[in-house]
Amino acid sequence: MTTLLILTVLILVAIAVWQMTKIFELSQLKVDAESVGVATDEDNRTNGYLMFAFLIFIYGITIFSFAKYTKILLPEAASAHGGEYDTLMWISFAIIFFVQTITQALLHYFGYKYRGEKGKKALFYADNDRLELIWTIIPVIVLAGLILWGLYSWTNIMDVNEDDDPLIVELYAQQFNWTARYGGADNVLGDASVRLIDIDNANVLGLDDSDPNGKDDVIVKELHLPVGRKVNFYMRSQDVLHSAYMPHFRAQMNCVPGMITQFSFTPTITTEEMRLNPDVVDKVRRTNAIRAQRAANGEEGVDPWEFDYVLLCNKICGKSHYNMQMRIIVETEEEYNKWMAEQQTFGGSDNVVEEVEADTMMEDKEAMMEKTEMVLEEVVE
Amino acid sequence: MSAVAHVEDHGHDDHGHHHKETFITKYIFSQDHKMIAKQYLITGLIMGFIGIAMSLLFRMQLAWPGESFWLFETFLGKWAPDGVMDADVYLALITIHGTIMVFFVLTAGLSGTFSNLLIPLQIGARDMASGFLNMLSYWMFFTSSVIMVISLFVEAGPAAAGWTIYPPLSALPMAQPGSGMGMTLWLVSMAIFIASSLLGSLNYIVTVLNLRTKGMAMTRLPLTIWAFFVTAVIGVISFPVLLSAALLLIMDRSFGTSFFLSDIFIQGEVLHYQGGSPVLYEHLFWFLGHPEVYIVLLPALGITSEVMSTNARKPIFGYRAMVASILAIAFLSTIVWGHHMFISGMNPFLGSVFTFTTLLIAIPSAVKAFNYITTLWKGNLQLNPGMLFSIGLVSTFITGGLTGIILGDSTLDINVHDTYFVVAHFHLVMGISALYGLFAGVYHWFPKMFEGKMMNKNLGYIHFWVTAVCAYGVFFPMHFVGMAGVPRRYYENTAFPMFDELTNVQVLMTVFALIAGLAQLVFVYNFISSIFYGKKGVQNPWKSNTLEWTAPQEHMHGNWPGAIPEVHRWAYDYSKTYENGEYIIEGQDFVPQHIPLQEGEEEMHH
Repeated sequence: MTTLLILTVLILVAIAVWQMTKIFELSQLKVDAESVGVATDEDNRTNGYLMFAFLIFIYGITIFSFAKYTKILLPEAASAHGGEYDTLMWISFAIIFFVQTITQALLHYFGYKYRGEKGKKALFYADNDRLELIWTIIPVIVLAGLILWGLYSWTNIMDVNEDDDPLIVELYAQQFNWTARYGGADNVLGDASVRLIDIDNANVLGLDDSDPNGKDDVIVKELHLPVGRKVNFYMRSQDVLHSAYMPHFRAQMNCVPGMITQFSFTPTITTEEMRLNPDVVDKVRRTNAIRAQRAANGEEGVDPWEFDYVLLCNKICGKSHYNMQMRIIVETEEEYNKWMAEQQTFGGSDNVVEEVEADTMMEDKEAMMEKTEMVLEEVVE
Repeated sequence: MSAVAHVEDHGHDDHGHHHKETFITKYIFSQDHKMIAKQYLITGLIMGFIGIAMSLLFRMQLAWPGESFWLFETFLGKWAPDGVMDADVYLALITIHGTIMVFFVLTAGLSGTFSNLLIPLQIGARDMASGFLNMLSYWMFFTSSVIMVISLFVEAGPAAAGWTIYPPLSALPMAQPGSGMGMTLWLVSMAIFIASSLLGSLNYIVTVLNLRTKGMAMTRLPLTIWAFFVTAVIGVISFPVLLSAALLLIMDRSFGTSFFLSDIFIQGEVLHYQGGSPVLYEHLFWFLGHPEVYIVLLPALGITSEVMSTNARKPIFGYRAMVASILAIAFLSTIVWGHHMFISGMNPFLGSVFTFTTLLIAIPSAVKAFNYITTLWKGNLQLNPGMLFSIGLVSTFITGGLTGIILGDSTLDINVHDTYFVVAHFHLVMGISALYGLFAGVYHWFPKMFEGKMMNKNLGYIHFWVTAVCAYGVFFPMHFVGMAGVPRRYYENTAFPMFDELTNVQVLMTVFALIAGLAQLVFVYNFISSIFYGKKGVQNPWKSNTLEWTAPQEHMHGNWPGAIPEVHRWAYDYSKTYENGEYIIEGQDFVPQHIPLQEGEEEMHH
């Protein structure tokens, strides 16, 4: 329907232009060489009006897009730094739209207002140092503000440190899937290298058998994160460049073969809470309506959708790049610990370390209890 | 050197046709800059046709994922079994679309065409400093175009690693089929292209510096020439770095070195590469890649300055500020490449530095935009198709440029990096803007290229207005898709239910894109029919001041019969009056550059 509408409008515009100019051309009997292919007063007038119409079109498409597409944007940021990110984003946008509205208006309005006429005299106006100064200084000041704010946030966001007992997680990328590895009970990742990958022995991430830190590492295909605890991600890739993109958390970092990259954020909203967010509820409702429609048309694999955080690959990596994803679940500390307790450790299959394993499990449980208590206390307060 | 001497010889004789031109020396291996300009333009337009057609194919795939089209089956053959596009060929299409549009159309097609046509004509020279190198430059460009097109037909498909061809994806044939023979041909083609571009650029620089006619001080150069000159300088500085990146990549691919590769396990085996870094490649690539944006854009802005001033019947506002902006943009463009790499894993401190330099480059860009707007103010605007495209360029340059504030800010880049937001941004600011510059140039200088024939203005109007509406129709909503988190280079978005409701937007954009594609056919028809059947206009149809319009319509080797005109003023004395309000030349609102200062006239201190 929209398609048809746009097509009709455009064709009508084209015909209108064509006819108007044609009529004028025909009304002129004598065509001398001087005016061949050169705009006449009539052309100037027509195109001047179209200039003005085009300005309205630009405003129109802006308003249309905002009215119609604001709801498709990402929901509220689910990470601690995300709020600041969004604020900076909206302030930048406010500036952009202010400048955009004014400059486009001037440009097209001048195009309309000063359309040429025979005998009209243009103003010979070649220079004005004061004006030049004004529109050099204003961008300088505005940009300086944005730069300073941006750099301040950037420094904070990119400062990956071990303060506040962060959870250590490795994100491991390969064509075309993600794997996550937790530091386990000791919260330290064991050494790993692609040269140690041994698929036959289920060592898909190339963990170093001889590194005791690796024994308790937990390797999973679904990323679980406790809410409110800082997470330090260490990214690796085994084959080509990938990018770990977690849009809901305003987080992204490339995964580069041969080096370990890092990113850190604190999730602040659990998956359950996010599913109750009014924007998300709306989005899920809209999406499921579309999916139901598609299912009714006989398409397969369009079951109703439930909102989940997701990790996408955002660096072209080959044929199935478009489907390289991993689910992220943010949950309470309690749920997280429960889930973690159910996971097998890397050394789990190895009998020698089973005792150690059991010990750490116990310690883990104690730590868990303590934390739960603390959380409860906080909630009570 | 001999070519220079040869050219100067002409200054002394009366330009009788003393050497016989055969078909081959006139149309094929021509050393005449005007013919070479036309060769560049036509090759560029043909490549542009291919590039735009590709974009329409993958836009259809994005709007109607998995749908079967006979178009796909016809053009993609085995890569579209039953008319459904294959994921590998989707990546190949976007890769080659990017490569062709950036390098073959907007670098060679734009800069190659208009630098060649206008530099000698506007500075008052008989030809380029070296006609032979110029010819060589074109033929290397042609060769590289042919190789690029041939690469579309290799067994495993053309290069498909994105136009930035980041290793290891581009280096390992087992990572994707396009990284085999297709990538080899891509690299060979680009290596030749770079050599061609360097030869061309060196020629432009030498010509501008050495062959200006008497009186043509650098401060009297039209802004087109300033733009072409500075573009050539940026090209000479940055293209060799891309060549080194390409050579090192060739070595990694074919000779087992490890410049960009390390620790790779793929398809069940560990490769021997050790110690290289893909990030190094990214640095080398973007050291060209970013200046490339300005290599594409500056000539378009130069053309706009000239076309806009002529058609506004007003001097360009702030000539000195415009020159200073061009120089500032050129300088800054070579130190901002890192903003493509904020999240590449490089040191975040470097990211801070690049944010700083990147936002600085917004300042000269803003100055240019304001100066264009002021140039229109109180003008007597002759809304010829070239003028419309120039105004359109300023519009898209502003819209696209403003979102650069977001992408150039390392913090804000985190979440929109590599999403459709980026695609929208750079298509508006460099893609569409530069294309508008190209079109403005073609409409404006068509009579200069084709011996006085004019293009049909009505078809030009239709071409412009439909294109202008569709360009916004495609790329404005695209920002929202990006901000919804949709990554670029996804074959389809159906794997993520969160993107389901964006399919409507994709359809809208694709419909606009298809209509825009059709509108270009109007241009193609107009261009071709005007070459053969265009009505002949007068020698100076736009009543312009620059020297090229003093040359006769019929092309001749050496450009001017008799002496080269001498220059007495800058190029922008439009609507200049005496103090009593009378035009300098009675009944004429422009004073061409070769007219001496009149009695009682003040020369502007520009």
